[in-house]
Amino acid sequence: MNDQLAPAPMSTPHNTLPQSPQEWMKVFRFVLLIAAIDLIGWLVAPGMFAPVARTTWDYLAEAIVILIPVAVLMGLFEVSMPKQLIGQYLGRESGWKGVALAFVFGALPTGPLYVAFPIAAMLLQKGARPLNVMVLLNAWAALKLPQLTVETQFLGPTFMLVRVALTIPATIAIGWLVEKFNRRQVSAPRAP
Amino acid sequence: MSSLFTASLYGVVFGALALLALRDRAQARRALQVALKSFFSMLPIMLTVIGFIGLLLGLVPPDWIARYLGGEASIWATLGVLALGAVLYIASIVSVPLAGSLLRAGASVTTIAAFLTGLMMVGTLTLPLEIKYLGKRMALTRNALSLVFALIIAVVMGMILR
Repeated sequence: MNDQLAPAPMSTPHNTLPQSPQEWMKVFRFVLLIAAIDLIGWLVAPGMFAPVARTTWDYLAEAIVILIPVAVLMGLFEVSMPKQLIGQYLGRESGWKGVALAFVFGALPTGPLYVAFPIAAMLLQKGARPLNVMVLLNAWAALKLPQLTVETQFLGPTFMLVRVALTIPATIAIGWLVEKFNRRQVSAPRAP
Repeated sequence: MSSLFTASLYGVVFGALALLALRDRAQARRALQVALKSFFSMLPIMLTVIGFIGLLLGLVPPDWIARYLGGEASIWATLGVLALGAVLYIASIVSVPLAGSLLRAGASVTTIAAFLTGLMMVGTLTLPLEIKYLGKRMALTRNALSLVFALIIAVVMGMILR
């Protein structure tokens, strides 16, 4: 009766910070490049680069303001909810409850989509419904909580809400159709 | 955008952190550590995209963006941007501010929604990985259907919003 999921591939890969000044330089190389372009441009053609400076500053302020609560949200999730739970609940559920849980789990802040593939493979192996697994994947891709937060900030609440309202039925439809197209194959997916 | 949204987000998130700190100090400290790590791991890419947005919007005349990505632009602009979104792999932390800046500069809702949904739901670059885990048939059907639905979502959004 061991329903445990292998914990290995679930950590977010880009969660370690650079260790040395060289590594920091490497991480920020594009930032430094753009800063250099901005600086040279401003020295050569100050009039032309004034709007660049203004736009950069406006977006910088906006981004920092939203990144702080998003980061704290990720931290809170990390300590209060073990990721293994995702698989355990979803694997056993079926029907609309399973679909709803797949949406909730997909929306939780859990890292990029490729983290979800091994989880999806394991769930299918354990006999989870393909519909639920596909809903998990697409919700993971398009309905992530931190992403919706940033989206509300930059595209506005109306855009975000309408997109979510359309994406939810689309996600169910995609999952249902994938299940239909994969009737024979779903019993034996293999996790490498 | 809306300061009410930002304020309530800060309230909820930091309120939850305070509650956690009252209940379990060590856990709250760990949450804060993870938060700091996440913040600094998002920072380089975020600063890069902001620098890029600054150059783009500062140097490209706004009427160009409106002309090539705006309401006047043909269905080909939408399809092109959808294909671009489907092929590229850009983290949403980057693509969303970029999409927002283009929308504010005059791009149409349909174009921006096509780019974003294509980017989010279809992963051409990650397709080999997806095939490895889910099998060819399932990975391909998911991506193909996601592409179709991304277009539908974009068109409907363009009809609803304005």
